[in-house]
Amino acid sequence: MLQKLFRFHGGVKPAYHKEPSIREPIGAVPMPGELVIPLHQSIGGPPHPLVKAGERVLKGQPIGAPDGNVSSSVHASTSGRVKAVEMRLAPHSSGLAALSVVLEPDGLDEWIERRPVPWRDLPSSGVRDALRDAGVVGLGGAVFPSHLKVNPGKDGKLDTLVINGAECEPFITCDDAQMRERGERIVRGAAILGDLTRAERILIGIEDNKPEAVAAMERYAAAVGDPRIRIVAVPTRYPAGGAKQLIRVLTGIEVPHGQRSTDYGVQCFNTGTSLAVFEALELGQPLISRIVTVAGNVARPRNYEVPFGTPMRHVIDLCGALPDTDRVIMGGPMMGYLMPADTVPVVKATNCILVGSARLFPPPPPEMPCIRCGECAKACPADLQPFELYWFAKAKIFGKAQEYKLFDCIECGCCAYVCPSRIPLVDYYRFAKSEIWAREREKSAADEARERYEFRLHREEREKQEKAAKLAAKAAATREKLAAAKEGDAAPAPGAPSAEEAKKALIAAALEKAKAQKAAVGTPANTDHLTPDQQAQVAEIEARRAHLKEVAQSVRPKDDE
Amino acid sequence: MLAALLVMAVGALVLGAALGYASVRFKVEGDPLVEKIDAILPQTQCGQCGYPGCKPYAQAVAKGEADINQCPPGGEEGIRKLADLLGREFKPLSAEHGVEKPKSVAVIDENLCIGCTLCIQACPVDAIVGAAKQMHTVVSAQCTGCELCLPPCPVDCIVMQPVGEDVENWKWKYPVFTLHRRAG
Repeated sequence: MLQKLFRFHGGVKPAYHKEPSIREPIGAVPMPGELVIPLHQSIGGPPHPLVKAGERVLKGQPIGAPDGNVSSSVHASTSGRVKAVEMRLAPHSSGLAALSVVLEPDGLDEWIERRPVPWRDLPSSGVRDALRDAGVVGLGGAVFPSHLKVNPGKDGKLDTLVINGAECEPFITCDDAQMRERGERIVRGAAILGDLTRAERILIGIEDNKPEAVAAMERYAAAVGDPRIRIVAVPTRYPAGGAKQLIRVLTGIEVPHGQRSTDYGVQCFNTGTSLAVFEALELGQPLISRIVTVAGNVARPRNYEVPFGTPMRHVIDLCGALPDTDRVIMGGPMMGYLMPADTVPVVKATNCILVGSARLFPPPPPEMPCIRCGECAKACPADLQPFELYWFAKAKIFGKAQEYKLFDCIECGCCAYVCPSRIPLVDYYRFAKSEIWAREREKSAADEARERYEFRLHREEREKQEKAAKLAAKAAATREKLAAAKEGDAAPAPGAPSAEEAKKALIAAALEKAKAQKAAVGTPANTDHLTPDQQAQVAEIEARRAHLKEVAQSVRPKDDE
Repeated sequence: MLAALLVMAVGALVLGAALGYASVRFKVEGDPLVEKIDAILPQTQCGQCGYPGCKPYAQAVAKGEADINQCPPGGEEGIRKLADLLGREFKPLSAEHGVEKPKSVAVIDENLCIGCTLCIQACPVDAIVGAAKQMHTVVSAQCTGCELCLPPCPVDCIVMQPVGEDVENWKWKYPVFTLHRRAG
């Protein structure tokens, strides 16, 4: 049966350069001398460290606990000793450090006990917790915690589950290699995801420039024999691998601004994520490694299965970086992030280590003024107006940029790719987005402070009133007591005692009480029963004090002068 | 003549009644201008403006008693926003009220703290936890950096620590061409 395909707006066709890295099968990486595993590897709250320096950990043992539900666990990639839990340079464009677990492998590669998760018998919340605790996140690059996506949406069932094997970005072939070699697990994982989301059909979309992957996946799908699963070759056009774009191509559905694809009965997972789900649930293996493409300015580009925390340089060395190498990019040439150094670790988001040089990626020519040609709007796969976003970001009019749906921008880089003025448009969007986020953080902090301040004022007022009420009650009680005592002791004077008399009586009673207390305490106890020695000491100190007093008095008049 | 007077009088009465009813029915609680000004202020509650909190300062600005340049934590950007809102001229931060500082949070040196609770009483947003003769600590997520806890501390164990940049709050820089050339 032929699948009717649709077209997404815009897109570009860059040179793909995929061939060199897919010639060899997926390679294994020898264990490096040190693994640096950053704790925060996914969207959401940063996980809390579970280990301390000096502890021995096993392969797959949790080392970071999720911070709330919008977070994901982190595990040790091999067995060994924890050297430190400290700030280390993060694989992030900022060049800043992040809390990481530094692990010294012991070479034994000893697993924790692995037990398959009985996901068929568990309630859906139990399966979600299992995925969270296995650290499964979206491996397409966005690292969104997968357990948050495994739900059938409002209707209780999905129309279509899309498995994204499009892999549209140049140079990257990790999903391609995985589909060729480990397709069965991907298909089985897709079936599990289909069951969890109650999907009626499962479409695995693969760009048609990967015929081997399509053929392999068709073979695996036939072997697994799930009637819901269909492999669909989609036209090669960047960014067909964007979730919204692939959903559009496969189902014709355009997910509008501010809505989720599940509202339209569609959900999308990456092929790598599908495989990770299979391994987490059926094999009980947490996510501790991934397939990484090493490509670009290297002698032997190839895909490797890399344990998280491996320094990028360790993997690059296997491929032989060419001498003119001057940069390392995490991700592809269109959407990748420049790394501050080649020593940063491979993390869950690392689909590709792109080694660059000035020859491969010549420095961009100078930015020219925008001529409003509209090419960027023609290329934008998110149907935005990039030139408007550019104006607003450049002029720092962030409110307007948001009105023009800046946050629907997927930073695919198509606009910058086609721009005849060579404006680094995505850099402007990233700048504007992070400024807006910072402002929103400030705003919510201010709102919280206002609320807390107002509550404090309210609390102080309440406490004052409570105290006053308490005092009044106490005074009334004493007054009553006194009145009662007087009545009992002597015949009451004609008429009730006046207010003044009552007050006087109160004061007298208080004085009496204080006197009694003083008498009870008596003289300070610690000067009684002293030895003669101590008495001599006390006398000496008293003498010194008296002398000092005299001196002070003799000096003071002089000060006044 | 009489008819005309009558018509005008009745008209005035009807309209007056309608206006009177509307002013009761659609009465706006609080001063909307104060709310707007308060929304711009950083809610540090530090009192550097000379008022006991952000809201009182907002009220004073709305009444025209205070100037718009008395809020150091709001900084230049805050003054600009206030100037925009109130249609006034921008003016630099008044020096007598303080200087704009990078955002900081208070940190208690737990080795020195004697547990006197004075800082707890001073904190306008209840961001310090502790009890008498127990160690105190600052909940840094809630600290506004107002510095009001510094003077009451009898052992000077509180210091202000600037909030550094980390991977979470790092911002992309404004694109500058030379940045690209130096890449790598």
